[in-house]
Amino acid sequence: AATWDQVLQNIYTYYMKETPQRTKLIDVFLAFLVAVGAIQFLYCILAGNFPFNAFLSGFSATVGQFVLTVSLRIQSTEANKTEFPSVSPERAFADYVFCSLILHFFCVNFIN
Amino acid sequence: MTVKTQAPLIGAPGKDTRTLLRVVILICIAGAAISSRLFSVIRFESIIHEFDPWFNFRATKYLVANGFYKFWDWFDDRTWHPLGRVTGGTLYPGLMVTSGAIYHALRALTIPVDIRNICVLLAPACSGLTAYAAYLLTNEMTTSPSAGLLAAAFMGIAPGYISRSVAGSYDNEAIAIFLLVFTFYLWIKALKLGSMLWGAMCALFYGYMVASWGGYAFITCLLPMHALVLICMGRYSNRLYVSYSTWYALGTLASMQIPFVGFLPVKTSEHMPALGIFGFLQLIGFIQYVRSAVTGRQFQTFVATVLIATFGLGLIGLVALTSLGYVAPWSGRFYSLWDTGYAKIHIPIIASVSEHQPTAWPSFFFDLNMLVWLFPAGVYLCFQDLRDEHVFVVVYALFGSYFAGVMVRLMLTLTPIVCVAGAMAASQILDTFLNRETPSEQTGDDASEAAPKKSQKSLRATEKPAVGIYGIVPRVLVVGAVLVYLLMFVAHCTWVTSNAYSSPSVVLASRMPDGSQHIIDDYREAYQWLRQNTKEDAKIMSWWDYGYQIGGMADRPTLVDNNTWNNTHIATVGKAMSSREEVSYGIMRQHEVDYVLVVFGGLLGYSGDDINKFLWMVRIAEGIWPDEVKERDFFTSRGEYRVDKDATETMKNSLMYKMSYHNYANLFPAGQVADRVRGVRLPDQGPVLNSLEEAYTSENWIIRIYKVKDLDNIGRDHASAAAFERGQKKKKTSTKKKGARVLRVD
Repeated sequence: AATWDQVLQNIYTYYMKETPQRTKLIDVFLAFLVAVGAIQFLYCILAGNFPFNAFLSGFSATVGQFVLTVSLRIQSTEANKTEFPSVSPERAFADYVFCSLILHFFCVNFIN
Repeated sequence: MTVKTQAPLIGAPGKDTRTLLRVVILICIAGAAISSRLFSVIRFESIIHEFDPWFNFRATKYLVANGFYKFWDWFDDRTWHPLGRVTGGTLYPGLMVTSGAIYHALRALTIPVDIRNICVLLAPACSGLTAYAAYLLTNEMTTSPSAGLLAAAFMGIAPGYISRSVAGSYDNEAIAIFLLVFTFYLWIKALKLGSMLWGAMCALFYGYMVASWGGYAFITCLLPMHALVLICMGRYSNRLYVSYSTWYALGTLASMQIPFVGFLPVKTSEHMPALGIFGFLQLIGFIQYVRSAVTGRQFQTFVATVLIATFGLGLIGLVALTSLGYVAPWSGRFYSLWDTGYAKIHIPIIASVSEHQPTAWPSFFFDLNMLVWLFPAGVYLCFQDLRDEHVFVVVYALFGSYFAGVMVRLMLTLTPIVCVAGAMAASQILDTFLNRETPSEQTGDDASEAAPKKSQKSLRATEKPAVGIYGIVPRVLVVGAVLVYLLMFVAHCTWVTSNAYSSPSVVLASRMPDGSQHIIDDYREAYQWLRQNTKEDAKIMSWWDYGYQIGGMADRPTLVDNNTWNNTHIATVGKAMSSREEVSYGIMRQHEVDYVLVVFGGLLGYSGDDINKFLWMVRIAEGIWPDEVKERDFFTSRGEYRVDKDATETMKNSLMYKMSYHNYANLFPAGQVADRVRGVRLPDQGPVLNSLEEAYTSENWIIRIYKVKDLDNIGRDHASAAAFERGQKKKKTSTKKKGARVLRVD
């Protein structure tokens, strides 16, 4: 148990110290997406999944947006620069917008 | 700089020259790919071949005539007669929409082309694109400048792909292989760059692929497999996370837009690997992040256990969900790829298709010629510098060759990777023996000086020249040998395409003794008769093979067709064909059948006729009515399947037998009635058909059409009515009638 506490503590301090402001903003958005997704899932469990396409499009919108945002976060993190030589932060953001647009188009189409 | 040392023997052309050469070569390849597919159009005419394409063609015509929205909710009441088919929701619309779009684009350019010609020539056009996609894909794999061009050339003319894409074969594979290769190219590109944009493009083309072909499941299983192998090799990277997650999130949503696919990506086992790896990647991504935050060996082992435990838990969860019924198990078609004996026992309708048989060795050589032995060499080369994209080649090669070994039809998915790997191997040989002019001219110390300088930063290909081949003789020998092989490959491909894969099955060609061509056109003759001489909604019953062609050429409603979605309905037709007349007549009345069509090749020696398919009808019917139809009854006591005078009573009384041999004996002098397919003598007295009457028989007796008689006017059954017509009156009734007449005269 002690190691667990230590690990969590370490992560927390590392996060607070090392993460730039913008990335923290992204993380807030991520947390919001997780919350929305969790609520949808809970509702689906409680109330049944009758319009299944509606549930799927809502839920996969949050999941997809979450994944895309994490990708943006990865690409805009300073430490990962070497891994993405051809992706500048501006390019990453433009890609993010493009992908999100596609995602939302599909979701709106699928929700009927 | 790599390219400069690899300048060919003619001197060092500049960058522009090389680009020009490339463009010219690619255009030539596209030209070769297209023109080698036109044999059948030039020899015969521009028509649709085979069976499935006729439905695609009919659907395309509907789309062009009625617009997209009507096509999307098209309920087709002219197939599967009493049931109908919700066509919009049970087809892959990609092919039809593509040709519809081309049609309208050409019209907008004021080039009005008939939709039939677009459908016929779509596959050759796409083969040019496939060659280009293979070029792009191979260029991602290797730095060699020639590999991509070689791969494009191979892909353009390899018979394994041509067999499904000759002009007139308007099938889903026509555009699907292009989409397959291009999706893989985009995936490799996305993985290499770690770019969301390429991932999204990959997802979009994946969506297009899903809209076109059921073989998209191959992609959904191959990409996660590639990702899993990369993870297991310890090659997880943020690039993998970005590309895979983008592809999965967008691609799954894209695939769910197709009505035929619908909720399958979350409900069936075929799609679970992709979902599982997606979840697994999230976990690994998170743990990677944590690891950058916290260090320590203890933590790493801890992380490893967590990873393996979650993976195991996910697997157990999946198994539990499957067994509880939330996730559908593997469908029969996919399952039979693993358990190769499954289809034959449980689903005869899958096993009855000739394309679903295992592949024999000769067909590998026949379809791929020299690529079949260059292929393992190319895969081996991938192991040499095993980058992420090479892992993909290895995984694809492994799965592709397994599936191609199980099913003839899946040779098609193997061909792209064979071309890519074969091109890599061939270009490696050529590069080694052709391009090392520079080191051989350099003096010894120059070479040793240059070598370490290059090796510090540059690619493996340039590290090697220290062990080059310097003599002119071995070079000429080896390059000459490779050249001969390449030329032989072209000759083989052309020969195979011309002789094996360019015959429209609608028209049968044969040679007269003097070498001139004789065309047997019975199919269209009979279908045209149906189209012109029957009423608009006359229902035609035939075996399912001909359902699409009847719908497309004769334009009449059918009971069953090549889309075998309702096994019971097919078994009903099988039962009607294989039962006694009295039983069949009831079935035909119930289904409002007006005409029955059988294919009979006995006169001409056409072996693909209905008597040879008859046992499958019996088997499929037996699967539903084991008490009424028994396969055993169609074999003689010695277990032989015979049609001559030794045939069993069940065989002789079956509707199919009677329809095939009705009046056949009258064609021959007595004692010489022969069936040229089965190679047997038939009895002089043919079978007697009571409840049907012959409506049409084509010139060479290939197609025979029978009209179902109406109920008898005065309520007799057909057998006695027909017997009365023939004058076979029974003694007893005749005396009775005589007595009655006498009474009445008085």
